[in-house]
Amino acid sequence: MSFNRRNFFKTMCVAGATLAVGNSFGAANSEEQTVEFQGVLYDATRCIGCLACERVCAKAHSLPEPKKVKPEVGVIRKTSENQRTAINNYNTSKGEVFVKNQCMHCNEPACAAACLTMAMYKTKEGPVVWRGDKCMGCRYCMVSCPFDVPKFEYYSANPKIEKCDMCYDRIKEGKIPACAEACPGDALTFGTRRELIEEARKRIFENPKDYENQIWGEEVAGGTGWLYLSPAPFKEVGFNTKMQNSSYPELSKGFLYTVPSVFVLVPPLLLGIHEATKRNKNTNSEENE
Amino acid sequence: MNNQVQPIAKDNDGQSIVRFVLSELKPKGKILTPFNIIAFPVIVVGIVLIVLRFMNGIGSITNLNQDTPWGLWIGFDVVTGVAFAGGAYVLTFMVYILKMDKYHSIVRVTVLNGFLAYLFYAGALLLDLGRPWNVINPIIGNSFGTSSVLFLVAWHFMLYMLAELIEFSPAIAEWLGARRARKILSGLTIGAVIFGITLSTLHQSGLGALFLMAKDKIHPLWYSEFIPIMFLVSSVFAGLSMVIFEGSISHKVFFDQISEKNHKAQTGILQGLAKICAGALFAYFFLQLLVFIHQKNWTLLNTKWGYWYLLEMLGFVLLPMFLYLYSYRTRNVFLIRLAAIVTMLGVILNRLNVTVISFKWDAPTHYYPSWMEIVVTLTVIFTEILIFRWIVNRMPVLRESPAWAKEDH
Repeated sequence: MSFNRRNFFKTMCVAGATLAVGNSFGAANSEEQTVEFQGVLYDATRCIGCLACERVCAKAHSLPEPKKVKPEVGVIRKTSENQRTAINNYNTSKGEVFVKNQCMHCNEPACAAACLTMAMYKTKEGPVVWRGDKCMGCRYCMVSCPFDVPKFEYYSANPKIEKCDMCYDRIKEGKIPACAEACPGDALTFGTRRELIEEARKRIFENPKDYENQIWGEEVAGGTGWLYLSPAPFKEVGFNTKMQNSSYPELSKGFLYTVPSVFVLVPPLLLGIHEATKRNKNTNSEENE
Repeated sequence: MNNQVQPIAKDNDGQSIVRFVLSELKPKGKILTPFNIIAFPVIVVGIVLIVLRFMNGIGSITNLNQDTPWGLWIGFDVVTGVAFAGGAYVLTFMVYILKMDKYHSIVRVTVLNGFLAYLFYAGALLLDLGRPWNVINPIIGNSFGTSSVLFLVAWHFMLYMLAELIEFSPAIAEWLGARRARKILSGLTIGAVIFGITLSTLHQSGLGALFLMAKDKIHPLWYSEFIPIMFLVSSVFAGLSMVIFEGSISHKVFFDQISEKNHKAQTGILQGLAKICAGALFAYFFLQLLVFIHQKNWTLLNTKWGYWYLLEMLGFVLLPMFLYLYSYRTRNVFLIRLAAIVTMLGVILNRLNVTVISFKWDAPTHYYPSWMEIVVTLTVIFTEILIFRWIVNRMPVLRESPAWAKEDH
């Protein structure tokens, strides 16, 4: 175990490779930072619950057309493997409020951190997308997502994960998400996340009586791509207000960071104990003999 | 001696290795044993269900839904099963690292058990994957999700299976009469043991770390940032209790294979294991208590979930701890076995509480496994036991190694 020339060169090679790789990662990051995350601002004061967004969403992603219903108070309509977005109606202290549900497109998505094949993937433009050629269907994204967004096709031999992808294909073509385009009441605004937060602040500032003084998604879960404005407290319109503001991948980061140290420290420790007990045994047996 | 080149297979009464293996494949012993009568119908039904599952999707035979994506197959087969397989890393640590030679006679059977457990639970994992054909993706390196705890666990499963196979391989070499192979493989043991223990500490805790991101979904009595440590500590007594349980059954079923010396040593071994289990249970209980006080969970106690939690902590942690302690002092083998069973029930309860029972505890409807999920789970367990029996009846696992293997030491 002596530190000879060969070992020295080995160490140098590893260190060199680490530095080289580290540098290239750094370079890639600084380039990506020039693209801003995009998102959608949903203004609940403008939504009339016409469900146009649900219908165009189903059409845009070849899903079965949703049933024509009027969202009723007390009936929670959930997204499913056949429906990527759903509007719900809440009776609040400020009257009837409609709230749209879909993937929040977190800045640091738990689903993407959970995915062991990088099938759930945060694109540099902002949308979180699912890639079927990588997914192995373990459903760990569903376990991890704090918003319960990913949905799984349990009755298919070739099951997919269904969730809103912010119409990533349309965004790449320069178009805006289908729901934002179809919304007749202008409740959905597409833009960069920074612009949307400014716009939301402006609306709250100009009409403080109409809005709850909070942008849901600005801070929650480490910030989300989908931002919400509401006339009533967010607690009354179906949001989990106990949710943490730091990102969810942060929760398992500590564990993951200990892995390299365990790999470096435990084997030498075990080897050391092994060597120590071996000598003991030898001396013992010598004494016995 | 060392430089003498020996054929890979020898000493098999002049048979070629292929013919020898073929002759060994035939069943030995009686076919209509009580175990077989129960196991075979279950396995047949299980195989039919597995075929149905691959034709019609996971939902066709399970009760899994959008709220509960992981059910019995993950919570019991994988998470609980791996905890029970923890005996292998604890025993190899005691025997190969700490040189506690007293336990040497049970290492091989424990490692075999561990290896088969991983093999079959990884297999059970494949049943639960919606798109199992993509399972190679995290292995071949075209998409490494290194930020995922599951990525770590998956790799550790594979590497640990390899380590355990190496640890067990001298027994295979002895069975085949391959002297040279045995020599080489025995030389790898200590490396495999050190590697295996390191991997085990990480993936035993990693199975707990899987649930760290589900903070809002698991009941606060079971969720804490210390789940990984809890899982690691409890894998020590889970694994050793399994060793006691399995050892007690093996001693009856494979009575004729065990030498007189090892029969006599058994009480001493059980006693030693009981002592270690009591210590590990105490450490675990203390940790749980610390977390409980630290998180100020008092107000949650006087609820339905609180009683359930108390049952687990008092009835299945504290009680077996005292049972182990008492039976160790009084050398009562029956009580040691009872303590092992209570501990194992407690581990099942704990793992299911974290992964299934308290998962989405506030949802309006709750998941419970379908009978078909249970049958498939039993199929996995029974098949594992059949393979275990097949190996024990052929290879020197419980019985002494052949004379030539001892000379080579």
